[in-house]
Amino acid sequence: MCLAIPGKVEEIFTEGDLRIGRVNFGGIVKRVCLDYVPEVQVGDYTIVHVGFALSKIDEETALKTLEDFRAMGMLDEELAGEEEAFARAAATPQSSCPDGSCSAK
Amino acid sequence: MKYLTEFRNGEIAQRMAREIATVATRPWKIMEVCGGQTHSIIKNGIDQMLPAGIEMIHGPGCPVCVTPLELIDKALAIAAQPGVIFCSFGDMLRVPGTEGDLFQVKGAGGDVRVVYSPLDAVELAVKNPDKQVVFFGVGFETTAPANAMSVHVAKRRGLKNFSLLVSHVLVPPAIEAILSAPGHKINGFLLAGHVCSVMGYWEYPPLAAKYKVPMVVTGFEPLDLLDGIRRCVIQLEAGRHEVENAYERIVTFDGNRAAQKLLSEVFEVTDRAWRGIGVIPKSGWRLSADYREFDAEERFQISGIHTQESPLCRSGDVLRGAIKPAECSAFGKQCTPRHPLGATMVSSEGACAAYYNYGRFLSAEDLANAGSGLTGAANA
Repeated sequence: MCLAIPGKVEEIFTEGDLRIGRVNFGGIVKRVCLDYVPEVQVGDYTIVHVGFALSKIDEETALKTLEDFRAMGMLDEELAGEEEAFARAAATPQSSCPDGSCSAK
Repeated sequence: MKYLTEFRNGEIAQRMAREIATVATRPWKIMEVCGGQTHSIIKNGIDQMLPAGIEMIHGPGCPVCVTPLELIDKALAIAAQPGVIFCSFGDMLRVPGTEGDLFQVKGAGGDVRVVYSPLDAVELAVKNPDKQVVFFGVGFETTAPANAMSVHVAKRRGLKNFSLLVSHVLVPPAIEAILSAPGHKINGFLLAGHVCSVMGYWEYPPLAAKYKVPMVVTGFEPLDLLDGIRRCVIQLEAGRHEVENAYERIVTFDGNRAAQKLLSEVFEVTDRAWRGIGVIPKSGWRLSADYREFDAEERFQISGIHTQESPLCRSGDVLRGAIKPAECSAFGKQCTPRHPLGATMVSSEGACAAYYNYGRFLSAEDLANAGSGLTGAANA
């Protein structure tokens, strides 16, 4: 639950009082709150946890981490939209269950 | 080694494991606190790359696991009420309460939704003024800034139909509880990288000094974990007990000060019950007086809950690092990810589920007998 995923800030705008960014995680784009990282600008990379940017990171680190998380199957799980996340939680409550005993209730 | 060989940096990993084997002259027990790290260690077989004397002990850092059963029961009771939209992260949905889980509440007509961010739940409250929207706010320090902001925004917007069912827990008091328990065997700690991205690591030097254990801020990828273990073993062999940062690309000493500022405004420190462990003093956050009106427990006043834990489950011993999952008699028999009896089998980040999912059915004794000895090459 404490995984933070790196992404690239493509656009920044204000919504209510919040500073919101469109952040691209290797192809999946999400709205992310940037209030905790005032230093982050368009084009920067930041690590994001449940829709909140937590710290700025360099591009090389971001790309390497994205690749590693993708290889470990963590990316889709963290970034799933509402319906997909629900379906995912319903279908596979445990990741990579080897004998399939988790997949159907 | 199924997963690690597929890993781009397999060779560097093997080299790090060999260095650990060269440096280690004595057995050491190192606890990784974070459940995400436990998952990564077991999935990637990191523990099996280590020399036999270096043992990873899995800590209590899975927020899904340590959320008290009573709070799960409260969540089920609130979610079942008419006029409520109950929002959660996906991993809380399957957690069994004393009777049923959130899926069953939804099946029976409850409005249960998974959201990506707590701010999505605030938006739902704005769009559904005739409904009470409740967000299940569990987690460690990493998740707290998001939950704090959701309540902060709800207050600023004057929302009367948003509340947080909150069970936030904190890492440093949990570490202190483990270290102050008589007979604990932990020699060193890997600190949770993303918790420290929020909080920094200024809270830990007093703990390292008081209990004379090294602590290394560590990331989640296989190389990060091996590097954290390597640095911890080097300190232990040299008789040092410092707090060291092996995750500098993400974590600073101070952490995210903007997040810490809002956290101290929205939350206050409180005693928390940890499932399987019991109450740890000052180990969690609850909403501060200024934000208490957004506390779902206050708003819904749920009573008449009769919570009952399984008598077979030894998750408390697992969470304290006293036993490995397979040493519990129910592991893989009465207790599986599909039918979890307790905390550590519930979430994929729990030690029991990680062991089950990656086929670790041997007890610690079996593993020790199968080991090749401390001086042997890394057990790849």
